[in-house]
Amino acid sequence: MTAPPPLAMLAELTHRCPLSCPYCSNPLELDKRSDELDTGTWVRVFEEAAAIGVIHLHLSGGEPGARRDLADLVRGAAGAGLYTNLITSGIGLDRPRLEAIAEAGLDHVQLSIQDVDEAAADRVAGLAGSHRRKRDFARMVGEIGLPLTINCVIHRENVARAGDMVHEAVSMGARRVEVAHAQYYGWGLQNRAALMPDREDALAAGETVERLRAELVGTIVIDYVPPDHFARFPKPCVNGWGRQSLNITPRGRVLPCHAAESIPGLEFWNVAEHSLADVWQNSPAFNAFRGTDWMQEPCRSCARKEVDFGGCRCQAMALAGDPRATDPVCSYSPLHHLVREITGGTHEGEGWTPRGREQRAKDEPIPLPVS
Amino acid sequence: MTALAEDIIPRFARGVRLREDPVRGGWSLLAPERVLTPNPVAVEVLKLCDGNRSLSEIVDELAARFSVDRARIEADVEALLADLRAKRMVELL
Repeated sequence: MTAPPPLAMLAELTHRCPLSCPYCSNPLELDKRSDELDTGTWVRVFEEAAAIGVIHLHLSGGEPGARRDLADLVRGAAGAGLYTNLITSGIGLDRPRLEAIAEAGLDHVQLSIQDVDEAAADRVAGLAGSHRRKRDFARMVGEIGLPLTINCVIHRENVARAGDMVHEAVSMGARRVEVAHAQYYGWGLQNRAALMPDREDALAAGETVERLRAELVGTIVIDYVPPDHFARFPKPCVNGWGRQSLNITPRGRVLPCHAAESIPGLEFWNVAEHSLADVWQNSPAFNAFRGTDWMQEPCRSCARKEVDFGGCRCQAMALAGDPRATDPVCSYSPLHHLVREITGGTHEGEGWTPRGREQRAKDEPIPLPVS
Repeated sequence: MTALAEDIIPRFARGVRLREDPVRGGWSLLAPERVLTPNPVAVEVLKLCDGNRSLSEIVDELAARFSVDRARIEADVEALLADLRAKRMVELL
């Protein structure tokens, strides 16, 4: 069976980052700078991605600005015909570098914010003054003329300000905003007790955002990622395993999703040894959960099996201990009580572990422009 | 829907691109996190949204090319542009 062409690719150029957000989706074990793919390999991979049908390329990390060759990477991606999106913290890219990247053919900038309250935002980011610098960065993006999306992760501490995040995005000049509830993988899973909001607050945030979506038509486009732990049905994670998207880690491993390495026993291939077309069609990890044959009950006989694809394989692994199980957030899952226990559990408020930064300490520090 | 002024000039917002898809065939309208696949009629409209032609010029050109009632074309073009403006993919100058 031939897999249909992928639509989107996330290139994690580096795991180095000046921030230490407790919900970071990077794995607990971060790739070292010395393991990162070089410029030429990345550009070859971008060309291979375009050839197999990838349309959107997301340049991410870590902080992609930590790569000194970022403009060359953008030039390579744009030259391959990819729609290039830079997903950045806004820390570490000064104006000359951003202009060089725009000149190289960047299509779009996506900037993260942590909160609308500066002190709270800086505390989550683990960097004093970060929110103010993000506002400056957004202004610079606008002056250069690049389109801007703001994205913010919603969790226990900022859930009451979900609507304020949308207004902040408007005031920062964004054309689009992503309001996404925290996902519990990697550092987010580690810090779940501190991040998980109460049910009423999570649902109220959703209602506020939906109201703003209607009010702000033509001003800003809102994408909302609901909190799957409070939903009746699971999210259609990555729109189905190996169906539309792929991820590349800093060292070149190709993953069906950013958390796939949390599933034991999967064999991932590396772009250093395989063409991307070969990986997409033939790598064992991509074929592990394609289609519906791998499903167990209740997914196997469920009318929704091609709607939500059984939810998330990594979440099934994390909560049920079995990547073939129905995602326990699904109300049909025999293990759904586990999710009830998580969402109804006690919360530790302040007690999170900042995302690791040991790689930054060991490696060259990220140059931070003086604000 | 209120009618658009005849002399407005539609253009793609920065970061929005119409391109032929070499792998899947057909045309795609690309925007951040969005891939729209316009139908063949919409593709012809979008190809004329070059930032120079006004709405009435676009409608005239399409009316001359296809033997369809001008008012009908105008309504279709306006509906398409209003939808893309709400998605912040097209600007009307």
